[in-house]
Amino acid sequence: MSFTSLKNLPLKESLAPGHRLCDGCGIPHVVRYALKAVDDHSVVIVNATGCLEVCTTPYPYTSWRVPYVHTLFGNTGAVASGIVETIEKLSSEKRSQYFDVIVFAGDGGTFDIGLQALSGALERGHDFLYICYDNEAYMNTGNQRSSATPMYSRTTTSYAGKAIPGKLERKKDIIGIVVAHGIKYAATASISHWRDYMTKVRKGVEVKGPAFIHVLQPCQTGWRYDPALTIKMAKMAVDANVFPLIEVEKGKYKITYRPPKKILVADYLKPQRRFAHLFLPENDHLIRQIQQYVDQNWERLNKLEKFSETG
Amino acid sequence: MIMKQKSVALVGDQAVAHAVRQSNVDLIAAYPITPQTIIVETLNEFLSNGELSARYINVESEHSALSAVIGGSLAGGRTFTATASQGLGLMQEVLYVASGLRCPIIMAVTTRAMSAPINIHADHSDVMGSRDAGWMQIFCENVQEAYDLTLMAFRLAERDDVLLPIMVNLDGFLISHTMEDLKILEDSVVSEYLPPRVASLKLDPERPMTFGSFALPDYYTEFKRQQVEGIENALRAAPEEWKRFEALSGRKYTVTRPHFMDGAEIALVSMGTSAGTARYAASKMREDGLKVGALSVRLFRPFPSEEVKKALVNVNVIVVMDRTVSFGAYGGPLFNEITPLLYGTNDSPTIANFIYGLGGRDVTWRMMVDATEIALKKKKTGEKIPKAQFLGVRE
Ligand SMILES: Cc1ncc(C[n+]2csc(CCOP(=O)(O)OP(=O)(O)O)c2C)c(N)n1
Repeated sequence: MSFTSLKNLPLKESLAPGHRLCDGCGIPHVVRYALKAVDDHSVVIVNATGCLEVCTTPYPYTSWRVPYVHTLFGNTGAVASGIVETIEKLSSEKRSQYFDVIVFAGDGGTFDIGLQALSGALERGHDFLYICYDNEAYMNTGNQRSSATPMYSRTTTSYAGKAIPGKLERKKDIIGIVVAHGIKYAATASISHWRDYMTKVRKGVEVKGPAFIHVLQPCQTGWRYDPALTIKMAKMAVDANVFPLIEVEKGKYKITYRPPKKILVADYLKPQRRFAHLFLPENDHLIRQIQQYVDQNWERLNKLEKFSETG
Repeated sequence: MIMKQKSVALVGDQAVAHAVRQSNVDLIAAYPITPQTIIVETLNEFLSNGELSARYINVESEHSALSAVIGGSLAGGRTFTATASQGLGLMQEVLYVASGLRCPIIMAVTTRAMSAPINIHADHSDVMGSRDAGWMQIFCENVQEAYDLTLMAFRLAERDDVLLPIMVNLDGFLISHTMEDLKILEDSVVSEYLPPRVASLKLDPERPMTFGSFALPDYYTEFKRQQVEGIENALRAAPEEWKRFEALSGRKYTVTRPHFMDGAEIALVSMGTSAGTARYAASKMREDGLKVGALSVRLFRPFPSEEVKKALVNVNVIVVMDRTVSFGAYGGPLFNEITPLLYGTNDSPTIANFIYGLGGRDVTWRMMVDATEIALKKKKTGEKIPKAQFLGVRE
């Protein structure tokens, strides 16, 4: 299936409107594009505790038109493992209808508390797609730092004050971690590049065994930008090479989108008040440092791609 | 009709594994911890020999073990896992989800002391720490019971009027690693007794449902109220299921096991393996002319209050044996269940609570006699409900 234009996308909405996510939240895009990409499959959703779960399932309401299960914050890899194994058995015995399993979990539920369960599931090789929507902090509890929070970002547990300029550590390389498990398919995606994202979701569902997609999901509430700019923020992250779009198929790295017009990291940081302190004159060097890291990472990915092509 | 059965010698863990092998289980999650490990090892051997059709996941922790079987259960499968002590501790938050989402998971718990200090032997500090997690809890006294009660647990848990998970508790080493003679049913007989699970609610694309909603103060209480109904229904359902099993096996199970309780003036109340010791102590004291009986509480959750009350209401001196400490409390968990039942009964009895057997410390029938003597002294001094005291401790 190819996704040629927005107009031709399936009309079916598996996530109903009327959910309680913030205005300008990027999560619905993460979910809706994914489910449209596989609208010809039967799917079951496994969701970690977080914004998506809280805002779509306030009893007695639900936004989910497909079967959905939420249990805990840090165990989605394990819950998905159990569902996949069971439905494979039950459907082969004609006791149940087969379905594909898609996990949605935030960055906290993936990079931090859910990493062990995810790692176990990837290592064992159960057949499911794991989509991490990354808003770069624990947003449901009010914007606390996670290991996905970018360097020098201000969160409520990495305040930018006179002594410390926000989070001091770099973002964890989750793709590197999942690829190290030897899974057949891993990718990054951005809600601004829906065609790229949907193609990757389709591949992820169709590949036999576990697949992982890391999607950048701008969060106006935590990042503190104008809610109208969500898609633009997602696009700027890609254009600044802050969030490169790649895929790793059977260990081979490929950059799936090269920004035709690269922008500066500072242009991307500027509209976000989580980085406001970086624009004080004394913090100029911090922006330069981020730019340097971004450039280095882009170079690294290009090398990995080249290496994958040749060898 | 009572079915033909095979006599075999097995340790408790193997007996549980045989019950699981015969039970048309769809998913097993396995993680090692002493003294449970033999269960998942034996099941794996069955799997490797083609004697088990279940899917078997070697998870990376007990948190994931229980999470995986929740997934399997919601997908409509029959599921099993096993744990003890630290493993049960690691499952803590997941336990409440299994019961809250009404997953009829069966989990064997080879009861074991909680760290620190680390210890691998039997006591009830692991399971008692989880007694309010919404699971049913059944205590076994020996290897035969471990086999029988595991088989029966699946049927009880999966009933629509119950639909809750069950811990089948077998004392670590004392049952798990002790070889005994037992009778096992034929595979075909069990398969008929326990056909593959047909779940009435499950993850089904034809009938999309949301499991694990966010329920605020306006609804949370009703969810919990329904769980109470489910677990209390088991007070009626368990005897029904156990009777059905008795018809096949010839072995009778009741929610409590009274011994010499008719006309008893003194009662020794306990759970698990020490019930046998209590019965022996009672018979010894009977030889000395004391009217002692013993009561074993088999079903701890839901607590069979009516039966326990009926058994104890005419007893003058009650010795309650708790194999765990409720730190800072007046008495142990079993004592705290029993005492209010007897409040205001005609001639309020003396109820003496003893903490014993921690971390696998042996409890002998003589110690139970000592406990009874202490209780009789309290009765004489008019101390009706003395504070719990340790039995067999260096002070
Ligand atoms: C074991 C446990 N610890 C902490 C929490 C509290 N908690 C709920 S949601 C959440 C943050 C989730 O962050 P993330 O995974 O990034 O998803 P988001 O909220 O951004 O959607 C936290 C910390 C919890 N529910 N369970």
